[in-house]
Amino acid sequence: MTTNSTALPLPASFALDRRLQRPLVILLALAAPLIALSMGKSWVRVLDFALLYVLLAIGLNLVVGFAGLLDLGYIAFYAVGAYTWAFLASPHFGIHLPFWIVLPLGAAFAALAGIALGFPTLRLRGDYLAIVTLGFGEIIRIFMNNLNQPINITNGPQGIDSIDPLTIVGLDLSKDLDLFGVQIPSLTLYYYAFLACVVLAIILVRRLQISRIGRAWAAIRDDELAAKAIGIDTRMMKLLAFALGATFGGVSGGLFAAFQGFVSPESFSLMESIVVLTMIVLGGMGNLAGVIVGAIMLTALPELLRHFAVPMQMALFGKTLLDPEVLRMLLLSLAMIVMMLVRPAGLLPARTRYAHRDRRNA
Amino acid sequence: METFLQQTLNGLVSGSIYALVALGYTMVYGILGLINFAHGDLLMVGALVALQTVSLLNAAVPGLHPVVLLAAGVAVAVPMCMAVGYLIERIGYRRLRNAPRLAPLITAIGVSFLLQTLAMIIWGREFHVFPQLVSTTPMQPMDGVVVSPLQIFTIVVAFALMGGLMLLVNKSRLGRAMRATAENHRVAGLMGINANGVIAATFIIGSGLAALAGVLFASNYAIAHYGMGFTPGLKAFTAAVLGGIGNLPGAMVGGLVLGLVESFGAGYIEHLTFGFLNSSYQDIFAFMILGAVLIFRPSGLLGERVADRA
Repeated sequence: MTTNSTALPLPASFALDRRLQRPLVILLALAAPLIALSMGKSWVRVLDFALLYVLLAIGLNLVVGFAGLLDLGYIAFYAVGAYTWAFLASPHFGIHLPFWIVLPLGAAFAALAGIALGFPTLRLRGDYLAIVTLGFGEIIRIFMNNLNQPINITNGPQGIDSIDPLTIVGLDLSKDLDLFGVQIPSLTLYYYAFLACVVLAIILVRRLQISRIGRAWAAIRDDELAAKAIGIDTRMMKLLAFALGATFGGVSGGLFAAFQGFVSPESFSLMESIVVLTMIVLGGMGNLAGVIVGAIMLTALPELLRHFAVPMQMALFGKTLLDPEVLRMLLLSLAMIVMMLVRPAGLLPARTRYAHRDRRNA
Repeated sequence: METFLQQTLNGLVSGSIYALVALGYTMVYGILGLINFAHGDLLMVGALVALQTVSLLNAAVPGLHPVVLLAAGVAVAVPMCMAVGYLIERIGYRRLRNAPRLAPLITAIGVSFLLQTLAMIIWGREFHVFPQLVSTTPMQPMDGVVVSPLQIFTIVVAFALMGGLMLLVNKSRLGRAMRATAENHRVAGLMGINANGVIAATFIIGSGLAALAGVLFASNYAIAHYGMGFTPGLKAFTAAVLGGIGNLPGAMVGGLVLGLVESFGAGYIEHLTFGFLNSSYQDIFAFMILGAVLIFRPSGLLGERVADRA
């Protein structure tokens, strides 16, 4: 099974319009909240979350897709970012720092956590990393749940609320903006703020991918021994992938805390790590466009299920046999299995310039 | 001293269950080099199928002796788990045997979640009470130490199974084929061993052990739940790594040591951290051990070489 043979043949018309693709995508990204708004505010909310997940997926893709390291506790870094924001910008400790301090701090803490986790494990076989990261995710959750006594740090399972919103140069994104008589809802404001972050992340990651570092990651992913032999400091590079991936997690965690105004351990369960992993598996590991498509698809999935699967089951069986949450888990797990068996490179496979990925690495 | 003995006993009970599950991980890893994430969930399948059998049988024929119920539960749960284990290998992993290393790992996670979701659909989200089929009436062999027949039963069954498995692997024809396949399954194939059959047999045996471990686990904690396999699965994996993954006696030793460490840790953590951490942190011991082993002795206590072969 080579990557090429599984590639989806694009319709000719679509391929011809390659030049139009970019402007179309940009236009769609800019207009999306306006379209969604006409369908109801909840859809704008979905879009906002989709962008947060895109950011997460881009970060995890750095680790899994580019460097080939399976991280199953990725959501822990998201949690670190979110709790950093919650600690430093909420009434919980009475600290209210501005975003340009809190967000970088959250990113830095997440990166540190990534290094601390990666340091002992990255010299071992990849599958150990999967388990250790899984354990790390659980440890973080246990601490979040229990560090409310004897000293109350995380406020336990209740979580921390009334977190400060994102405020950029005096503009509070949690309030609707009245711009020359036009009402711009807070959700739309957040959308554009997140979009800016995502665009920044995309530019950064694309530059990174074609840089010396990105090529080193690809080499490690395809054959670690060979990479070492040609003089790549594999351990350093893996650590870098881990730290950078964690940074993305930290940033989106901070944004999540600000957007939601509330964090609790529940938002950072293992299931979330798996969801983000499925996003990149579904979309196409290593391919940015694929990862983004995967993230948007899976964020919209629960909403779509709620709107379509439930009425459909009512019509067919007269009752809901599978509630949307269960159905979602079912589809996610099946997606992971089926994709690996049938289309391991994802819906939009990465164009591998450097190597074949179908060789066993052991 | 009484606390010490009591914690040793508790540690042995949970440790012997971890050891049973760890054997499944280590056998599959030894042969395929694959971490079968779904293995912990087979424990859950075993427990819930046994529970279902017991309650159905109890409803159909009231007044049966608990031992008969237990035997019936096991008699259904073990073959059921074996079948599930076989299907996982056949459908999920076999085609990926020569795929890049990430692919089977991701499939394994998918299978794990699929099993949990299916269990959630069949048995619901609620915690089910697992009936006490073996007496839990505490006995007091000495002052301050309490032991129940169930605990003794658990330890005896687990050790008997481990002994049986060692005999099977070291003395039988199948065992020899398994060891040869673990060494190198292509060469084993050339020697006339049906490697696919042996790998399937490994999954089947491991799944059977997981089913029994599930019944023991559910009996000891009196509870069964669709997500119950996750934590013991993770701990059993830790046990397998601690003992040296791929090594059968290692998995047993690792399981017992982990059970003991956890039990002592939970018993003494408050003193050790001056009351800062309490026993709700019990679960982090397994992960701390895992981290420590990977840093200081990645080959485990009795281990084979596991550092990156790539």
